Amino acid sequence: MEMNQLTIHELQKKIREGETTSLEITEALFKRIEAVEGKVNSYITLTKESALKEAEIADKEIEKGNIGELTGIPIAIKDLMCTKGVRTTCGSRILETFIPPYDSTVVKKLRGDGAVFPGKTNMDEFAMGSSTETSYFGITRNPWDLERIPGGSSGGSAAAVAADECIASLGSDTGGSIRQPAALCGIVGMKPTYGRVSRFGLIAFASSLDQIGPFTKDVEDCAIMMNAISGYDPNDSTSVPAEVPDYREFLSRGIDGWTVGIPKEYFIEGIDPEVSAAVEGVIKEVEKLGGQCREISIPHTEYCVTVYYIIAPSEASSNLARYDGVRYGFRSGEGRDLLDMYKMSRSDGFGAEVKRRIMIGTYALSSGYYDAYYKKASQVRALMKGEFERAFEACDVILTPVTPTPAFKVGEKLDDPLQMYLSDIFTLSANLAGIPGISVPCGFTESGLPIGVQFLAGPFDEGKLLQIAYAYEKNSKIEKRRPVL
Amino acid sequence: MEYEPVIGLEIHAQLLTDSKIFCGCSTKFGAAPNSNTCPVCLGMPGVLPVMNKSVVEFTMKMALATNCRINPVNRFARKNYFYPDLPKGYQISQYAYPLAEAGYVDVEVNGDKKRIGITRIHMEEDAGKLVHDERSPSSYVDLNRACVPLIEIVSEPDMRTAEEAAAYLRRLHEILVYLEICDGNMEEGSFRCDANVSLRPIGQAEFGTRAELKNMNSFRNVQRALEYEISRQQYVLESGGAVLQETRLWDDSEGVTHSMRGKEEAHDYRYFPDPDLVPIVISEEWIGEIAKTIPELPLEKRERFVREYDIPPYDAGVLTATRALADYYEETVKCSGMPKGASNWVMGDVLGHLKEDKLDITSSPVKPKDLGAMITLIEDDTISGTIAKEVFGEMWKTGNPPGKIIEEKGLTQISDSGALESTIDDVLKANPDQVGQYKSGKEKLFGYLVGQTMKATQGKANPKLVNEILKKKLSAL
Repeated sequence: MEMNQLTIHELQKKIREGETTSLEITEALFKRIEAVEGKVNSYITLTKESALKEAEIADKEIEKGNIGELTGIPIAIKDLMCTKGVRTTCGSRILETFIPPYDSTVVKKLRGDGAVFPGKTNMDEFAMGSSTETSYFGITRNPWDLERIPGGSSGGSAAAVAADECIASLGSDTGGSIRQPAALCGIVGMKPTYGRVSRFGLIAFASSLDQIGPFTKDVEDCAIMMNAISGYDPNDSTSVPAEVPDYREFLSRGIDGWTVGIPKEYFIEGIDPEVSAAVEGVIKEVEKLGGQCREISIPHTEYCVTVYYIIAPSEASSNLARYDGVRYGFRSGEGRDLLDMYKMSRSDGFGAEVKRRIMIGTYALSSGYYDAYYKKASQVRALMKGEFERAFEACDVILTPVTPTPAFKVGEKLDDPLQMYLSDIFTLSANLAGIPGISVPCGFTESGLPIGVQFLAGPFDEGKLLQIAYAYEKNSKIEKRRPVL
Repeated sequence: MEYEPVIGLEIHAQLLTDSKIFCGCSTKFGAAPNSNTCPVCLGMPGVLPVMNKSVVEFTMKMALATNCRINPVNRFARKNYFYPDLPKGYQISQYAYPLAEAGYVDVEVNGDKKRIGITRIHMEEDAGKLVHDERSPSSYVDLNRACVPLIEIVSEPDMRTAEEAAAYLRRLHEILVYLEICDGNMEEGSFRCDANVSLRPIGQAEFGTRAELKNMNSFRNVQRALEYEISRQQYVLESGGAVLQETRLWDDSEGVTHSMRGKEEAHDYRYFPDPDLVPIVISEEWIGEIAKTIPELPLEKRERFVREYDIPPYDAGVLTATRALADYYEETVKCSGMPKGASNWVMGDVLGHLKEDKLDITSSPVKPKDLGAMITLIEDDTISGTIAKEVFGEMWKTGNPPGKIIEEKGLTQISDSGALESTIDDVLKANPDQVGQYKSGKEKLFGYLVGQTMKATQGKANPKLVNEILKKKLSAL
């Protein structure tokens, strides 16, 4: 087994026992990257030189005995978290040349923990998409089947973990952008509670929905990553000053006596039968573990997509106004006056999907439409939030599929935005309600594509998610496979 | 047809907090371009605003001072528009949930009191500044001012004349300055005013079409612009035309307003609640704490001065123009026990010298305690009013107390009747012609003889005593 194929906790053990070094891990990682990156395209920017330096520094610290859970571990960062001195593109031409003068809070935290940064991962432009096909820097392919998409928008971060091009990675989840690619790439992905992880330095798509979270090879690594990135940040007013537990402590507690809600609205027609069967398998496994599964209802689920595609584009239309060619990033040199410069920079700098959403959002916020769209959507959102609150009074966690189908083919839905939007149907509500969710591998299709199951919990109950996910992962008979590249 | 103007004002006041509203950068005016900036106020990708609590408290002060209701839950909203001085492409402001609503201030115009309603007061961030280079096709952006805290104070359309509008503007200005939350500098733009004005036939309830006036950077210009605009609209209406809803710019040098943009070009700001900032909850306790910090306001002070010191309302107005001046006056009264004398000296010599030396009252070389002492010396006949002027001049120059100056210069008033009698005898002897003319009925010459006596004593003679003795001696002749 190559070093880059191991998990964080396995590597930490080896590092502690002197069996390997950060440099060895990082070198193995770049060897792998050089071998497969041409097929997968997980990264937009690779920072080999600085990563090797970071690894050497980490090894020195390890020698001195300064060893934390992430010391010397290579972690890839989705290219919308600002990294000081390393360009951060958001997958867009408009930020192709943008080099942030500051680190996002999560990167600062990981840096403080001694992590190594191999590079910035590919993503749908401005995180708008479910397939990582809208990136200005080319598409990312699913390591399990290069004809298929890895999911999105954090497709690069998911593919990099699945293809052993990093040990773990950070993504962001606005409507499923961590959980959906995690499911399609056969790894673990968590979207924390809104406010659990600082958004400072995360280039905003939809501020009230965005949340940073980890991609890992197993649930224990997810707990380790959550320990590292969670917590209140005075630079983010929407981060919550709630105590952060040690998430590893939840792992082995089991779920005996738990009530697990199965929302009927998530088991609809049109779900791929293989996905259905895999999720049914999880329900059986949960019951074997002592959990009681019972049907519940989240009646407003059917409005998820509608509400999401009003709120997210509205916020995006405002968040993306700053890309005007004046101060940084792409500027068209063609314009004759200010208005021309704005129009041409934005027309040429943004891709089609981003422009589509800016237009939808601008329309929804316009005078005369605000009440009918944004305001109404916010009201429905509040209702949904209430429905989840009530559900969690009766249930410890909720269990659902992550996606209606396994990974689809490259190009299959790109020209059909509505079909593309529907691929997030099971993940959107967690963002709208602000609750945490985790995607855990639960099997493969006959053709060898990974399938995921989603657990949802009440606000700040990430511990419960890790608890059930770990119990399931440990006891299920899902075979360990690696994609062949 | 007779028309009645309807005027409402929107005032932007820059708050005197040390740091900006959503980041820690300095708010100091006049720094090198873009030096008071950070990723947050530059609107870099990924940054988030963090609310400066002082801004809320400063705004609460203004709300309380203008009798507003403070809303328990406050939200920020985004006002979206593109301009190179607006780094995020939106301004963080308040829209549906402003900090304060439904207040008022009282103003006085030509002796008539009038209450002007305040619709709302809200907090927002300022934009940056564009610098245009005439010689090149480029414009430059200075973002030092971006994210500096502002409050916007919107009045009800309660004003009917340009004078009323100017009086309202002055009232708000003095309250802001009294509260020490705004420096009130109109030229540097820390106190700005836009005006909405329309005309309607007298007796008509609904408003006419309004024009919004901008670019008036002094009290005088606000009044002039409104006067011009009222007569312009009147002319338009009287010649059968219609007033257009538009934004007009005041041109100070020409003394006219020009159309800037029409209704069609008006922005749709697409306000929506800013998801990056959590609502601000204001408790009754917090309001109570802020209320305790509100000083006596100019109008109350003015009325108290008239009542307590028995000085004319005009004098009270001058003396309460700023809090520092009022404090100076009150301290002088305390040190002299003479409210009228103090008022005369402060309004006359003190303000005169300050103006001449371009000084602020807080840097006056004559301190209230010394001025008070000097007034006491006049009152107890140690020095005469004439000598006092000389003493005051010396105090201004040296900063010394009056006693020291009087002693050093030997300026003590001569109140010894024996000494004065012999001086007066000499004066009478030296001026036989004038004495003769006085005796034959030219009583005006009495003054001349007083003057001669004062001259002979270098002004030190007690004028009252001189009068008495001179009268006695002349009638005995």
